[in-house]
Amino acid sequence: MSLSFAEMSARERLAAVVDAGSFHEWLPPSERVTSPHLAQLGVPAAFDDGVAVGRALLAGRAIFVAAQEGEFMGGGVGEVHGAKLVGMLQRALRDRPAAVVVLAESGGVRLHEANAGLIAVSEVMRALLDVRAAGIATVMLIGGANGCFGGMGIVARCADTVVMSDIARHAMSGPEVIESSNGAGEFDSRDRALVWRTTGGKHRWLTGDCDALVDDDPALFRAAAIAALATHRPMTLAALQQESALLQRRIELDAGSADAFELWTRLGVVEAQAVPDIDAAQVRTRRPAAVAGLANGAA
Amino acid sequence: MDWQGVAAQLFGQDHAIVADGDFLAGTASFDGAPIAIVGTTNHAAVGVDLALRQARCILDVIEHHPGRPLLLLVDTQGQKLRRRDELLGIHRAMAHLGCCVDLARRRGHPVIGLVYDQALSGGFITSGLVADACYALPEAEIRVMRVPAMARVTKLPEALLESLSLTNPVFAPGVANYVAMGGVRSLWDGDLAAGLRAALADRDTSDRRASEGAQRGGRRVAADVIRRVLEA
Repeated sequence: MSLSFAEMSARERLAAVVDAGSFHEWLPPSERVTSPHLAQLGVPAAFDDGVAVGRALLAGRAIFVAAQEGEFMGGGVGEVHGAKLVGMLQRALRDRPAAVVVLAESGGVRLHEANAGLIAVSEVMRALLDVRAAGIATVMLIGGANGCFGGMGIVARCADTVVMSDIARHAMSGPEVIESSNGAGEFDSRDRALVWRTTGGKHRWLTGDCDALVDDDPALFRAAAIAALATHRPMTLAALQQESALLQRRIELDAGSADAFELWTRLGVVEAQAVPDIDAAQVRTRRPAAVAGLANGAA
Repeated sequence: MDWQGVAAQLFGQDHAIVADGDFLAGTASFDGAPIAIVGTTNHAAVGVDLALRQARCILDVIEHHPGRPLLLLVDTQGQKLRRRDELLGIHRAMAHLGCCVDLARRRGHPVIGLVYDQALSGGFITSGLVADACYALPEAEIRVMRVPAMARVTKLPEALLESLSLTNPVFAPGVANYVAMGGVRSLWDGDLAAGLRAALADRDTSDRRASEGAQRGGRRVAADVIRRVLEA
C-alpha cells in the first residue's frame, strides 16, 4: 500500500519527492534559526521555523526545493520562514537551477507575526515572480492536510505549475473564517463535501486552476514534479489577457449560483454530480477543453 | 483622507478618476504627463469581481499606453469572505491581479502603491504590496486582521493582542511601523505631489524591503536570514 502524502511530515514528503538522499538543506534545524516574535506570546518556536529549504536533484536535474510544515503553526509564514523562502528564490535567480519546487502547506500569513508575516508573504511573491520571469520552472505541490490558503494560496498560483491531490485544498479564506464572519448559512465548515467541492483538488482541476491532479501518493507528486521541469509559461500580455477572459467567463457561467455542480455542468463537465465519487484518474478525463491548456493563463 | 481629497491634492482638477461602486479608475495629468489610476474605495472587500476589474484596467494600460505610470490607490478591508468567491477561485483572481501588476513593472511602467485609508492583508497583498514601492498617508492603517478575529484564530488572549497592538510594531496597525519594517517606503506627509514626484523618480525597482526593514530597525532578522541562505 502506498503512503499518504497528506499524512507525511514536510521533511518526509521532501525526501520522497526528490532523488533519494539528494537533499542538502540550508539553515538546517541544527543552526536554530528561530522566530524572534513567538516568545513574547508564550508560543514555542521551531528550529526550522516550519520550513526546510535547500538544493536537491530531481530525475538527475539540479533543483532548489522548499517544504512547509503544516504541523507547525499551520505552515504560517512568519519573518524567518518567509526570509528562508526569499533567500532560496534569490539564490535560484543567481545559480539558475532547472526548477524551484515548493511543497506548499500553509494557512498564509502567520498571524502571530502579523505585520512581519504579511510583508514576508509579499516578498516571497515578488521573488517567485522574479524566478519565473527568469525562465526557471516554478512548481507548487499542494497535498498537505492543512491545504494552501491566504497569501500562500495566492503565491502558489503565481507559479508555472500547480500540482494538487484530490484531497488537497487550495483557496484564499478557510471555511471556518468565512463561517465565523458570515454564518454557517454562507459556508458550513463542517460540511466536508461542500468544502471539498468548493476548494478541493478535483474542483480546481475541472476549472483549470491546477495543472495536474494526482492521487494522494508521494510517488505521483514526484512524477508530476518531474513532468513540470519542462513546463515554462512565460507571463506575457497575451497570456494574462487570456487568463482574464477565462476568469471572467467563469463568473458569467456561475451567474450567481455559487454552486459547484452547476458551475461544472455549465463549464461542460459531463455527469457533474458524479465527480465527488469518482477517483482522480476519472476526474482528469472530464476537464472541459475550454479550460485545458489555459490552466495558468498561458498558452 | 478620501480618494477625492487625494486626487485633488495630487492633480487639482486635472483628472478624470471615477468611482464605480468600490472600484476606482481613470487617468490624470501629473507634471504634464499622463498617469493611470486604479484602485478601490469604501474600504472595499475585494472579491473575484473587483480583483478582475482592477486587473483588466491594468492590462488595458499595458496594451494601449506602454510605459505610462500607474498609481494604485489602496483602501480595503481585505478579501471578500464569501463562499462564491472561493468557488470562483479568489486566490487565482488575486494572483492574476498581482501578475498584471508584475507584468506592468517588467515592461517598464513605474507602479506606485498608496495606502490612503486602510489596508488589510488580502486586498493589499496583490496591489500596493507588489508595486515597485508602496507608500502611505500618515493617518492610514495597515493590518493583517482585526484583533478579535486574530484572537479567535490564534487562540491567544484578546487582551494580550490588544496590548501588543498598542506598543509592538509587529502588531500595531499604524503605518509608521510598516515604514520601520520596510513594508512601506515612506509616508507622504503634507505635500502629496512631492511624494508622488519622488516616488516616480526612484527607478531602482528592486525589492528593498528586507534591507530597509533592517536598516530602520523594525524588522531585524529577515535580511540576515536571506543573506545566510545566499551564503550557505
